[in-house]
Amino acid sequence: MEFITHTWHWSISGFIIGLVMLALIYFGKVFGMSSNLRSLCSMTGIGKRVSFFDWDWKSQRWNLVVVLGAMIGGYVATHYLSDASNVTINPATIQKLQKIGIDAPNSKLLPDAIFGSDVFHSPQKILLLIIGGILIGFGSRYAGGCTSGHAISGLSNFQLPSLKAVIGFFIGGLIMVNFIFPLIF
Amino acid sequence: MNVVKYLIVGFIFGVVLTKAEAVSWYRIYEMFQFDSFHMYGIIMTAIATGVLGIQIIKRTKMNDIKGLPIEIADKEKGTFRYWIGGLIFGLGWAMVGSCPGPIFILIGAGFMSIGFVLFGALFGTFLYGLIKDKLPH
Repeated sequence: MEFITHTWHWSISGFIIGLVMLALIYFGKVFGMSSNLRSLCSMTGIGKRVSFFDWDWKSQRWNLVVVLGAMIGGYVATHYLSDASNVTINPATIQKLQKIGIDAPNSKLLPDAIFGSDVFHSPQKILLLIIGGILIGFGSRYAGGCTSGHAISGLSNFQLPSLKAVIGFFIGGLIMVNFIFPLIF
Repeated sequence: MNVVKYLIVGFIFGVVLTKAEAVSWYRIYEMFQFDSFHMYGIIMTAIATGVLGIQIIKRTKMNDIKGLPIEIADKEKGTFRYWIGGLIFGLGWAMVGSCPGPIFILIGAGFMSIGFVLFGALFGTFLYGLIKDKLPH
């Protein structure tokens, strides 16, 4: 069982993610997670007021089923397929995190400093999570896709727009980690 | 719509992203610090697998599950939206360490505070829909 409960090697993981995308193509669909956010907005009926949400989201219900499956997968993987050896990141990274006051992983997926249960008592931390979410939601729709739609689907099909978007992802990420984190942590 | 096959593909996706730790805030931070090859390896292997598969699909003129020819639509042309939208997305991705797939996966795994990220992501999507005609694409 160890080969399942340990961190999966990048080559196996990447290969399976590639297969997931190809499976969806074979089903006549497109691999992309962020469009589900648009579907969820549209489900509220907001399309009557904002035309962007007035579209045939029901044709995208299959993607919401993929999301449901992914949520179950996340539950199973964290509860039954994990062990104490997980999230062994570079010790140098742990030192950098220490300097900005973020706890080491110790097999956790997420740091308590940002996602721990005391977040619910801290308006600043809640705001941080919401702002991060807004950037993700706004940015992915503006760019027409996220990591799955552009980095994996788009680049696999040699799409120049996706290359621009992915370079944008990395510029944004580097700005956040190097220039904005020192200000907010 | 045969629901089961999408459920299975989603399940596999959720397990792999969790076991690869691509859903981990730490792995994203480590990636943006260039301290590990792990995330780059995942993304590059996924793309390599995708390139190979798509080339096979195109060259063999493979049909999809319903027997219809597979056509993969090109992304819309544009510049501004990809650079700026991408940059905004990247800021958020690094900040809360999750892209849209992992947001759902982590909520499924029981991380309640990610609910705030999902709320923000839905609000951000709504905001884009509201002002999209005023934005340069």
